[in-house]
Amino acid sequence: MLEIKNLSASIGDKEILRGVNLVVPDGEIHAIMGPNGAGKSTLSYVLSGREGYEVTGGSAFYNGQDLLAMEPEERAAAGVFLAFQYPVELPGVGNANFIRTALNSIRRARGEAELDAVAFLKLARTAIKNLSMPDDMLKRNVNVGFSGGEKKRNEVLQMALLQPGLAILDETDSGLDIDALKIVAEGVNALRGPKFSALVITHYQRLLDHIVPDYVHVLAAGKIVRSGGPELALELEARGYVGLEAA
Amino acid sequence: MTALPTRKLEAWRYTDLKNLAAVSFAEAAPAKIAAPLPDLGISRVVFVNGAYNAALSTPPEFLSAFAKVVDESSLPLVQINAAHAHDGITIDVPANVDAGAVLVVSYANAETPMAFHPRHRIMLGAGAKLTIIEVAMGQGVYWHNPVTDITLHEGAALGHYRLQDEGSEAFHLATIRAQIAEKAAYESFSLVIGAKLSRAEFHATLTGPNASTHLNAAQLLRGRQHADFTSVVAHKAPNCASRQTVKSVLSDHSRGVFQGRIEVAQIAQKTDGYQMNQALLLSPHAEIDIKPELEIFADDVKCSHGATVGALDPEQIFYLRSRGIPEEQARSILIRAFLTEALEPVTHEAARVFLEDAIETWWARK
Repeated sequence: MLEIKNLSASIGDKEILRGVNLVVPDGEIHAIMGPNGAGKSTLSYVLSGREGYEVTGGSAFYNGQDLLAMEPEERAAAGVFLAFQYPVELPGVGNANFIRTALNSIRRARGEAELDAVAFLKLARTAIKNLSMPDDMLKRNVNVGFSGGEKKRNEVLQMALLQPGLAILDETDSGLDIDALKIVAEGVNALRGPKFSALVITHYQRLLDHIVPDYVHVLAAGKIVRSGGPELALELEARGYVGLEAA
Repeated sequence: MTALPTRKLEAWRYTDLKNLAAVSFAEAAPAKIAAPLPDLGISRVVFVNGAYNAALSTPPEFLSAFAKVVDESSLPLVQINAAHAHDGITIDVPANVDAGAVLVVSYANAETPMAFHPRHRIMLGAGAKLTIIEVAMGQGVYWHNPVTDITLHEGAALGHYRLQDEGSEAFHLATIRAQIAEKAAYESFSLVIGAKLSRAEFHATLTGPNASTHLNAAQLLRGRQHADFTSVVAHKAPNCASRQTVKSVLSDHSRGVFQGRIEVAQIAQKTDGYQMNQALLLSPHAEIDIKPELEIFADDVKCSHGATVGALDPEQIFYLRSRGIPEEQARSILIRAFLTEALEPVTHEAARVFLEDAIETWWARK
């Protein structure tokens, strides 16, 4: 379970999050919607431990662990996965090797046995097939020369293989055509289960047609200003975010 | 003895030998082996403090006895080598013979400061092939001043992979001179991780049409290490290609130097010359000095040089860490990735594994 209490954070002198309260129980998918500049990406980076953000107040616990006191790699080992809005290119680093190193780091941190190259490839090929991705995605350098859609699919592939307990999807739908969007959604839906929860951050309702959330929250000016069921997303789609900042 | 070059010489502007000049070196003496020597399961030639050690060697075919050096070079270090050389490897591979691979180990164990000046000679007949994996290692204060003379006849191919892993108080000043005939290929890669002060100076001359060479290197330095990579590539025939990719990873107060000169004679039309130095500065105190030079007398050539200096990208580090990879490992993955292009000429599998292990070890060594 993810429990965020009164979380505030700033970049430099600029306050971005102003007391976010949010609880995501295991097994649930929550969407966070909101206008540009509301703090959606900041929330995802603060939860995953990116440098450059100062937490000025509040707390974030996942399964009882104080996320904000942990290194990014420790958060990953605890089960937190961030699907990046802009996945990073790693020239000279093979994708298969990268994901295997990540998986084995996490397994090692959890005291599990590491996977050898053969066992990993077997797993990865199955995942790739399930996600209707081209086979060569494993052989290429991480995200180098990938189209926008391929980069997002590669995030979902990593998620499928790392099997996180909490996935944070930061505008994973941006720049995706409808086919890629469906693949990404299938990837998330495949992980659904009693031990899996997700924060789906998105600007548009479109993704939520395919990943149906249990709850929808609206983040505006650094605070959750409204929460509701999936129907809230439809309402926002129809009416826009106008007026919500004042709520 | 010929005087050591000083910084007044343009070729030595960035590398100061005054700390070397301050040491009084004795002639090298026999020594005990106090470290495990590399063994790749191929023929091996071992030099201890510059002297051939038969007991530790499993010599390859075509090895012949050392012959006195006669050399009229104008290079000061080569002159010093010529005056003192009394050992070294001499391999002469007959035409059209694939002589496989040989490991050449120079091991030093200097209880008091000592100097040795081996002269190596590699000759490949027309169409002959050979791979040389060279390792220089040791401990104590010593000066290793090897000169390697390479002659490749028509269509010959030499893979020359060097690991400079000298002791932390050592001086390593190597000169490699290669004559590369028509359609011959000299493929080299040097991994520089050792010595207090080092220089590898390459003089590659492409003497026949369609000859080619790679002079690649990777410098991984820390502490106050200084490493200089200097090359002079002379294109003296048409349609030749030369490629240099030198990558420098510099931490702490270390200093890397890249000097690359491409000379294209008037006759050498359709020359394809490429030179790239990329430095990764891991500390605000590290320094890289880069001096590319092109001297072109032909009018139909393609020559380029480039240089970049940068740091590890925090976005890339965060991406790796967010996937569970610890920070130190994330950094080493990115550094390894940065080096990839420089390792391209290393096509020999065992050599590649050996060098990659050395890179891994460097990271863990600290």
